[in-house]
Amino acid sequence: MFKYILKRIGYMLLTLLIIATATFFMMHSIPGDPLGEMANKLPPQAKANYYAKHGLDKSKGEQYLIFMKDMILKGDLGESLKYPGKSITETLAKNSKVSGTTGGLALVVGITIGITLGIVAALNKNKWPDYIVMFIAILGITIPVFVSAALLQYLFTVKWQLLPTTGWGKPKNLVLPVIAMCFGTIATYARYLKSNMLEVMGQDYILTAEAKGVNRFHIIKDHVLKNAFLPCITILGGQISGIFTGSFIIEKIFGIPGLGFYYVSSINDRDYTMIIGTTIFAAVLFVVAQLIIDIAYTIFDPRIRIQ
Amino acid sequence: MVDVKKRMISNQEWEDIPDEKFKVIGTDDFSGDVIARPKVGYWADAWRRFKENKIALAALCIMVLLLFMVTFGPAISGYNFEQMDTNAINQAPSAEHWFGTDSLGRDLFARVWQAGRVSLAIGIVGAVVASVVGSIYGGIAAYFGGIVDDIMMRIVEILLSIPYLIIVILISVVTDSKSMGTMMLALTLTGWCGIARLVRGQMLQLKSQEFVLAAGALGVSPIKTIMRHMIPNTIGLIIVAITFDIPGYIFSEAFLSYIGLGIQPPNTSWGALASAAQQNFMFYPYQLFFPALMIALTMLSFTLLGDGLRDALDPKLRK
Repeated sequence: MFKYILKRIGYMLLTLLIIATATFFMMHSIPGDPLGEMANKLPPQAKANYYAKHGLDKSKGEQYLIFMKDMILKGDLGESLKYPGKSITETLAKNSKVSGTTGGLALVVGITIGITLGIVAALNKNKWPDYIVMFIAILGITIPVFVSAALLQYLFTVKWQLLPTTGWGKPKNLVLPVIAMCFGTIATYARYLKSNMLEVMGQDYILTAEAKGVNRFHIIKDHVLKNAFLPCITILGGQISGIFTGSFIIEKIFGIPGLGFYYVSSINDRDYTMIIGTTIFAAVLFVVAQLIIDIAYTIFDPRIRIQ
Repeated sequence: MVDVKKRMISNQEWEDIPDEKFKVIGTDDFSGDVIARPKVGYWADAWRRFKENKIALAALCIMVLLLFMVTFGPAISGYNFEQMDTNAINQAPSAEHWFGTDSLGRDLFARVWQAGRVSLAIGIVGAVVASVVGSIYGGIAAYFGGIVDDIMMRIVEILLSIPYLIIVILISVVTDSKSMGTMMLALTLTGWCGIARLVRGQMLQLKSQEFVLAAGALGVSPIKTIMRHMIPNTIGLIIVAITFDIPGYIFSEAFLSYIGLGIQPPNTSWGALASAAQQNFMFYPYQLFFPALMIALTMLSFTLLGDGLRDALDPKLRK
């Protein structure tokens, strides 16, 4: 077990190194001046100062070594090219809190509702609650997040004037983005848990429990749910990455100053250092989340425990 | 109990049955080998199961309809998708413009189907390319096994742990070309990894099964084993994976177009149309409604079709 975790951490570090290196060289191989239009407007001396400040006057290899050294030893990802003086590490720390609040809340709400709906559907197979849940699940999977977000905005702000369209800071700003974001999670979990539960309910040990006279409530609670939940841990990894991608769109639509919002705007600005920093940061979060889920899986499921 | 009692025969009745009833009525030693029903092949059998599934059939119908409209829709509308008309800006759906017009007076009916061509092409080509690459990769890894397999699968593991959309975004930013080709490259660059894993797993499982062992023992050549046993037993899995992957690619394309990294004007896709319509959604909601409906219908039909195909092609997986 310990060996397995060590091995996984080793792979994780290798993956991150590859991502960081690839991102760095890809972004630095883009033709044109990294300062973009600004480069044409600046006087030569100012431009040279700018280059020196960001280390752009050095060779690519040197730049890479400096970048990696700063990142690993100091956790410093450099400074924004577009907005002088804006530290990328600080910006990321600030934004990820915002994204984490929305995304985390959406995940918790989504999983809770999704699991409830999944249980309801499985226990009422081929009856109307099942059909309603599956209809919701299909809607959640098929409707793109930008459409449901726009629809929510229209209904709650224009039609009923209950909630603010955009903004950040007050609890009521959170309601619409969280609803829009958790829709997909609800759908995935409801569908997945239902099919898992039905599969478990067909197993022999459930029949044994029934034959022994265990009541239905305890069969569901102790045997069905415990076994049906386990595979759900694996899709949690996908859901976490879904929060990232969901946040790109949701944060743009609802004007939330989070990671996704800044990532998209730094892409539009062609702010290279910012893109590199955000990419690496997102990759770290993603990879670490995957690792934690994999470890959790081996701890909770004795059947696949690795020797 | 009643039935059983009725069927019980008393000893007297038993005696009454004439001896002629107990004789051979024209069967010989070989009649057991005669195949009573017509032979049903794998595909015919799968189709028979698929037909039973009404939901999957409905999904297939929606898909065929969508494909038909995407092919002939722009011609039916009578408008060119790029043709602007300053006298007919932001019109609601009418007899003249079935889906209305956009902010430049372009006919949305023509545009929605034109956009569908791009979206569906990206979805289908992306999924097929990824599957072919993934199958070959997974097949090679499983065939050689050992250290080759180990290294190849480690590479896949690393690629899979990179967040997918970040790669897509990076490629789009770096190449700075927003053609369909670049987009497909970005989308398929790591998209094949999942299928590679799937195919490898299936191949390894097949390799250890008795019929493959029997084929080897009977002296069937490796090529023939692969052609006759390995591929036919994997193809169903791959087809199902393609069906489930297509909506994913269409979604990713819509997402990219939405954040401005996808298809650029004058060309358009469902994602790009939805993104443009988002700006004036409050005033002209139908502009968003139609592309969104098409995305939703495509997702729906492919997902349900995938479910149906999985049940039909792989009876082992059926619950």
